[in-house]
Amino acid sequence: MDKVYESAEAALEGLLSDGMRMMAGGFGLCGIPENLIKAVHKSDVRDISIVSNNCGVDGFGLGILLDAKQIKKMISSYVGENKEFERQYLEGELELEFNPQGTMAERIRAGGAGIPGFYTKTGVGTLIAEGKEHKEFNDETYIMETGLTADVSLVKAWKADTEGNLIYNKTARNFNPMMATAGKITVVEVEEIVPAGTFDPDHIHTPGIYVQRIIKGDFEKRIEQRTVRNKRD
Amino acid sequence: MPTTANTQKGWDRPAMAARAAKELKDGFYCNLGIGIPTLVANYIPEDVHVTLQSENGMLGMGPFPFEGEEDADLINAGKQTITELDTSSYFSSADSFAMIRGGHINLSILGAMEVSEEGDIANWMIPGKMVKGMGGAMDLVAGVQRVVVIMDHSNKKGESKLLKSCSLPLTGKACVDRIITGLGVFDVVKGGIKVIELAPNVTLNDVKDATEAQLVD
Repeated sequence: MDKVYESAEAALEGLLSDGMRMMAGGFGLCGIPENLIKAVHKSDVRDISIVSNNCGVDGFGLGILLDAKQIKKMISSYVGENKEFERQYLEGELELEFNPQGTMAERIRAGGAGIPGFYTKTGVGTLIAEGKEHKEFNDETYIMETGLTADVSLVKAWKADTEGNLIYNKTARNFNPMMATAGKITVVEVEEIVPAGTFDPDHIHTPGIYVQRIIKGDFEKRIEQRTVRNKRD
Repeated sequence: MPTTANTQKGWDRPAMAARAAKELKDGFYCNLGIGIPTLVANYIPEDVHVTLQSENGMLGMGPFPFEGEEDADLINAGKQTITELDTSSYFSSADSFAMIRGGHINLSILGAMEVSEEGDIANWMIPGKMVKGMGGAMDLVAGVQRVVVIMDHSNKKGESKLLKSCSLPLTGKACVDRIITGLGVFDVVKGGIKVIELAPNVTLNDVKDATEAQLVD
């Protein structure tokens, strides 16, 4: 079975439906599946629930799905970089579920690993704990959080081989490896596709078992906060 | 070190960051929050080896890149472009928060809107205003070995930010160990807040006047 597809549109064919749950990797605009997001935008699929740490910026990343009102609900840890997000949320057009970032990462990891729930001390005594099961372990209180899965996970990696083995680059890894495990179908966009056998097996971050479809993308890779130092320093 | 004129009362923000840098001990793994806490990195003494963790998936954060050498794949948790060091490592968000939640990070320095005398912290949400989200703050305060807050002693209205109990929704309960404000250094102890150090030209009475929380000896 060939995992390599010609285009983002081809790789998403048959996978999208209204009301679906999707995961999208990335932290801010770093390591986001920008090509696949554009293809989701073109598909006009609606009422998507999206699990993603952030929601892009106005006009880029998941921001383009917001602008087109394709998103019904976001499960995120931080959404401060997006004016259209604020508008839709305050108008009641968009549902929002905040998760502490580490809880969200672990919920996705757990979902992909077949673990339906786990206990964490993150959020005990806060709004996040309301309505959740509390349990004592070794005289400390923990709350139960549930595993998260998705119909489709959209992942950005640096390189893939034709078997779907993935290697990420620097901090563009972030949520991508867990999301690759938590999607019923995982679609990955990469900067380079190499023949199977190219990677040292010890250097593979995500084994190909988690990856069903791969495309080679074209990347804009926007930078949110360009911070530099002077040569003199 | 920022210099303060002899007559100036208290610490300004760079001076607060410089004081906070003394909290970093040799060999520590630290997470510095966004804002004033980020400035702390500028004041780490040369003979103190500290590894900075960035919760988006990096240990061993380096300085900002030279102009033209920015890498979109290499950012910190504030989404700023940074660089790697010889000692750096990268990992996923799940691994990053395993480090944090699992108590492997020695110290977290972060900002706050309110801290209570029991060590509760509120720093993510003002009801009625647009809520941006807690990011990793709830995980950090719950999991890191020692939590130090840097904040102004009073808000813009002149009201104490060191309170008997927080009025804003909490980020974490009973998790703050130490608070550094423009007036000094304070520890959360049994029964209230203990003054550890006063900033230049600040008296104990100044602190008493500016603090709602119970001060204890």
